[in-house]
Amino acid sequence: MATFEELLQEAQRRHHELESGERPWIRVGTAVCGEAAGALPVVEAFRAELERRGIAANVSAVGCLGLCYAEPLVDILKPGRPRIFYKSLTPEQVPGLVESYLAGDNPRPDLALAYTGDGHVEGIPRLEELPMWSRQVRIALRNCGHIDPLDIHQYIARGGYAALCKALSVMKPEDVQKEVQTSGLRGRGGAAFPTGTKWSFLSRSPGPVKYILANCEEGDPGAYNDKGILESDPHTLVEGVILAGYATGASNGVVFIRHGHEGPIHRTEQAIQQAYGLGLLGENILGSSFSFHMEVSLTGESYVAGEETALMESIEGKRAMPRYRPPFPAAVGVWGHPSNINNVKTLSYVPEIISRGGEWFAGIGSESSKGTAILCLSGNISRPGMVEVPMGTSLREIIYEAAGGAPGGRSLKFLQTGGPLGGLLHADQVDIALDFESMARAGAILGSGGIIAADEDACAVDMTRLLVAFCQYESCGKCFPCRLGMTHLLEVLERMCRFESRPGDMEVMRHIGQDMAAGSLCGHGQLGWNPVQSALRQFSQEFAAHMEEKRCPTGRCLGPIFTPQRTRARWVSAQPVEMKV
Amino acid sequence: MISNHGDLRERIRGALANQRARTVTLLSSLLAIEDELGYIPPQAIEEVARFTHSTINDVWGVASFYPNFRFTPPGEHVVEVCWGPTCHLLGAQRLLHAVLGALALSGEGDTPDGRVSLKYNTCLGACSQGPVVSIDHQVLGPQAVGALSGEALVERITEMVAELEDGSV
Ligand SMILES: Cc1cc2nc3c(=O)[nH]c(=O)nc-3n(C[C@H](O)[C@H](O)[C@H](O)COP(=O)(O)O)c2cc1C
Ligand code: SF4
Ligand code: FES
Repeated sequence: MATFEELLQEAQRRHHELESGERPWIRVGTAVCGEAAGALPVVEAFRAELERRGIAANVSAVGCLGLCYAEPLVDILKPGRPRIFYKSLTPEQVPGLVESYLAGDNPRPDLALAYTGDGHVEGIPRLEELPMWSRQVRIALRNCGHIDPLDIHQYIARGGYAALCKALSVMKPEDVQKEVQTSGLRGRGGAAFPTGTKWSFLSRSPGPVKYILANCEEGDPGAYNDKGILESDPHTLVEGVILAGYATGASNGVVFIRHGHEGPIHRTEQAIQQAYGLGLLGENILGSSFSFHMEVSLTGESYVAGEETALMESIEGKRAMPRYRPPFPAAVGVWGHPSNINNVKTLSYVPEIISRGGEWFAGIGSESSKGTAILCLSGNISRPGMVEVPMGTSLREIIYEAAGGAPGGRSLKFLQTGGPLGGLLHADQVDIALDFESMARAGAILGSGGIIAADEDACAVDMTRLLVAFCQYESCGKCFPCRLGMTHLLEVLERMCRFESRPGDMEVMRHIGQDMAAGSLCGHGQLGWNPVQSALRQFSQEFAAHMEEKRCPTGRCLGPIFTPQRTRARWVSAQPVEMKV
Repeated sequence: MISNHGDLRERIRGALANQRARTVTLLSSLLAIEDELGYIPPQAIEEVARFTHSTINDVWGVASFYPNFRFTPPGEHVVEVCWGPTCHLLGAQRLLHAVLGALALSGEGDTPDGRVSLKYNTCLGACSQGPVVSIDHQVLGPQAVGALSGEALVERITEMVAELEDGSV
């Protein structure tokens, strides 16, 4: 097996060839945001046009740079030139661009978004000056959009697996854990629990078989940053999981992803396989005495599968229904073995924390929330995308300056944050710092980082109904306060949207909400009242208009909405099954 | 369409024996069959029970919990429309209305001729491009179908869906 030094040299040699070789290097963003914007035909158009003209170039399908508003986003690095990004390209524009810039030397400022690197290109702004980029500090996203996620050498060439090499050669497991403690890293999956402390529970549990589970269920609609990391830079997660394993004395890692999201699934499977191939996973990693194994586990469609104990049930192949606690996962987890669950983003910070030290990470962000926030901005916003900014950045700056506010000169009305169990922030509340505590104080949560912007046309009651419809659909059904409570809440909200509210409906809702919070088994039911409560707090008049004046101030919630039905007992029992035992 | 039952069993057993999952479970087995056939036929329930040493009841229990499993063959094309909050704000319900109209359906399900299956999705993961749909597992937003306004998108997607339904693609 090669030493890390040898791996690094080989990776750097290859990377140097790509970055400063004779051939142009063309990178096309093909994460799901790129795909949805039509990137795949653009890649094809490049390949065809280069071949037709006999131009030798390297074409890589990279992940998501986060500037999703400019997808399909393509960048070209030509020898001796800075790297130029082209925005919203269509296949029809490709031959012209190849002709002007690759056959000729006209960088086509009319099609360009920005450039980066040494040198200057007239008529194109620098990437670092774009409002969406200038505020970013990219740690977990450092490689996203820059490297080919299917090529481990590119990850290594940009400093990948150096942290693992450092940990295995000069650090004891408790040193790694201490570095993470010092960093102040808190979980990015929703509850913001200190990661170092969580790891210390697992390290105290007896082995030899212990699990690190990386949670990429990511059921929150409006958030796609976990999948974004796996699609764009899966090795950063793989390395993070191995480091977590080393720090806690674990033997196995599982990356948990929802079936159907083929981009992240395939790229993670490949990354794991490549890491095995280079001796970065398996027995005696990099010649050390540490051995660690990793695999991908797929779940069916279920939001609650992202809850940590339901996740373990799902890995074991069962219905994703939460378990009773105690015992806690660090004592009895998946397959009965001690386990630690972390979100993808949380684990993706770890390699850089180990490389640069916990103090460095703790120096970024705000007093209580260290490091960065990885946000997905979507909805009625001019520049939707995925950004990584220091915790404590002003929310106003992100929404208005980075993302450009609502499009078409309209004004924003509210922000829906932290997933369906999160809350609504009134547009007047944007003058807060973006960190765990400030968001919670304002009655919303940062959660997994999804921020959905709604403009003046949106109806807060309609949005609340939609969120509750989601929560009702996704209730796993194990405990009645949530199963029946969500259904009843939805009924009341449906009535409200039809202007058929009955006297006392508000009271009924509050009672249900309180009962759900008090009596539900898992966070889904416990927090299920949050979206309603925060909407009521911010938009009580709008609720009153629906209930008492029988009208919607925005005229948005006329008629029923289409939502799926989860219960399919009819279908199931219609299937005759021959019992042959 | 699958012609005879022997073939079907064979394909089920093949899928079970060659799963992508390293750790084989009841759920991974069902997902493998879903990938292979697009649905879970009654024979698969038996085969999975045998393969994973579970009861028929256990297998139904898991299969009926996750809404990605279906129990009848899917239509030739699968259309998914996102109804998540981002897409909702960007006009998903109008899109859904139009698609339902084009397929003459009143909700999720299959067209009577078996050409198209319609499914709602809670989030296709491309929220930045909303409102999005997926047609035969390819995720498409306004830019990809060349529709810059909401109306143009509704029109273009409806056209595409109608083409799937009348067999011109
Ligand atoms: C209903 C429900 C759904 C959840 N979904 C997710 C999810 O999709 N991804 C995630 O990382 N955490 C999710 N969580 C939180 C996890 O239970 C767990 O706290 C988290 O993965 C721990 O990681 P962290 O410490 O790195 O934040 C969910 C919790 C609940 C109650
Ligand atoms: S609170 Fe809801 S999701 Fe959680 S266990 Fe109970 S029914 Fe299931
Ligand atoms: S909400 Fe529609 S793709 Fe996420």
